[in-house]
Amino acid sequence: MTTIADFIPPILVAQGAFWLMVVLTLAGAVLAVIPSKIVHNVLGLALAMFGVTGIYLYLGSQFVAMMQLLIYVGAICVTYIFAIMLSPPLELDLPKPSLLKAATALIVSVIAFIAMIQMILTARWAPLAAPSRDWTTKTLGQELLTRYFLVFELISLLLAVAIIGAILIAGLGRERE
Amino acid sequence: MESLLTYLVLGALMFCIGIFGLLQQNSLIGMLIATELILNGAGMNFMAFGMFLTPDPTVGQVFTLFIMGVAAAEAAIALSIIITIYRRFKEIRVDGISELKG
Repeated sequence: MTTIADFIPPILVAQGAFWLMVVLTLAGAVLAVIPSKIVHNVLGLALAMFGVTGIYLYLGSQFVAMMQLLIYVGAICVTYIFAIMLSPPLELDLPKPSLLKAATALIVSVIAFIAMIQMILTARWAPLAAPSRDWTTKTLGQELLTRYFLVFELISLLLAVAIIGAILIAGLGRERE
Repeated sequence: MESLLTYLVLGALMFCIGIFGLLQQNSLIGMLIATELILNGAGMNFMAFGMFLTPDPTVGQVFTLFIMGVAAAEAAIALSIIITIYRRFKEIRVDGISELKG
């Protein structure tokens, strides 16, 4: 049986998939900020998050990648879409942001980017001689329930409080009206 | 593909696109979306550092997971605040909500 691996070496396929994920991430990020229709922005965000999922897989962590997919694409983007669809005015087309504002934003972000790249290139990173690849879900789960237990519980509490708070804020606003 | 710099540059790019969107967007939801991009850029840096620099392999992953949790809480709260603001002011443009301006 001939497979695609007979024609293209697997390392090339892996590289191609990696750069495809990078392109997806960047394209999604640009799509998430440029269009002035909010639904398009949310779809761009979903695309970018999908790309980041692929990058996390390349970084060797299946668990974090799946969580990224579930939380961002599955929960946060859907919440945005619900909020947009449930309140009709939010899907109005907004006036294009003024050119001056966009130019200022572009200048600020380019300066920030140049500063970051400068820092990344000049810092003397000390990579490990043999990076550990012990990234299994089992290790992560054990650490989460032993060493990081307090933080884990705090995050759960934070999420519960945030959800109750969100319901209260949105609900009370309606009553007062 | 196996170098720290690739991931760091990608994280910086996402962060800066997020900053651009945050400054340039005219609607509150658009700004919230840009914030998610910024958080993800930071999360990607944590994952890259965790893989290439720290001897303990779980620190970066745990930190990224917590960033995701905080981002989810932030999205829920901010969306409900935006909906409340819309009910009160009938407006989601940032320029339109200026009652507290001195």
